[in-house]
Amino acid sequence: MSDSKQNRPINSLAKRIESARKKAQELSRDKKDKKIASGSTLGLALRISLELISAIIIGIVIGWLLDKWLDTKPWLMIVLFFLGAAAGILNVFRMANDFGYTVGYKKNSKKQVKKYRN
Amino acid sequence: MAAGQSPLAQFEIKRWIPIEIGNLDVSFTNSSTFMVLTVVFTSAFLILGMRRNALVPGRWQSIVELFYVFIANLLKDTVGSQGRPYFPFVFTVFMFVLVGNLFGMIPYSFTFTSHIVVTFTMALIVFLGVTIIAIAKHKLRFFTFFMPPGVPIVMAPLLVPIEIISYLSRPISLSVRLFANMLAGHTLLKVFAGFVISLGMFGVFPLAFVVALTGLEIVIALLQAFVFTILTCLYLNDALHLH
Repeated sequence: MSDSKQNRPINSLAKRIESARKKAQELSRDKKDKKIASGSTLGLALRISLELISAIIIGIVIGWLLDKWLDTKPWLMIVLFFLGAAAGILNVFRMANDFGYTVGYKKNSKKQVKKYRN
Repeated sequence: MAAGQSPLAQFEIKRWIPIEIGNLDVSFTNSSTFMVLTVVFTSAFLILGMRRNALVPGRWQSIVELFYVFIANLLKDTVGSQGRPYFPFVFTVFMFVLVGNLFGMIPYSFTFTSHIVVTFTMALIVFLGVTIIAIAKHKLRFFTFFMPPGVPIVMAPLLVPIEIISYLSRPISLSVRLFANMLAGHTLLKVFAGFVISLGMFGVFPLAFVVALTGLEIVIALLQAFVFTILTCLYLNDALHLH
């Protein structure tokens, strides 16, 4: 009886090590995720607003130049302002998706599909 | 407030050796001085550190190798083996921004990365270079970059301009990020340092805050150099693989 009691911890040792390792891994991954996600919150806020504003500025500038060239003041600027705003929101959406610095579609859409499937 | 006491006085460009070619003002300014200093210091640091090129590195050589391996791994992780030919450029950008930022932390020095002209020029070089690499590599297929996969063709007239604007906004967000961080941090330092004297005995509180802020500023200097480099790598990755 006492023999089995002593053996029990050894028998389940592999299992316990495995579960502890898994837990540690998850913890470190969580920490890493959190670290990447928060970084400094101020920096994150700056980055988001920057992504939004820079696209709007580009839209307005392109619209203004096209207006000057085609003499269609102010219509193209208005249209491109909205396109720029859309592009800005797209930038923010992409950035917020994984809090990384990635840009573009395929990489993110692949990741997203995986996320939704899981 | 008298001149020189303003928190923004530190960003003033001073012409040290006025040079004019035609109508172009190409004077040698304090900004240029610190750029030259940065390049000289970085070159000396790297070349002298590797001078002995020992198999078992000493302290100095270890630091140099640390920088090299750090950027090499960064490039390998983000771009892959195809990024190898661009390593010298990425490494130069990293060292230039990093040492420039850190030079700015020395009292009475000048931070050239706190000027949008400097950062925007660097961002523009990265942006144009990456675009040229992409067009040279993929020819006309590059323009499929602006059409997200799996989107109905009806949406193209709306989505392609949005994608193009999003692509063109890259150099702005790349340059403003570095410039704004440096400008804001250095201004904040000066503003709080100004409180130290004017608050009299209670000046110890802003003084303690300035000490903490200086540490934070050094972290930001490192971080922003890293961010600038990693974004350069990611844009390069987009150019080489079109995702």
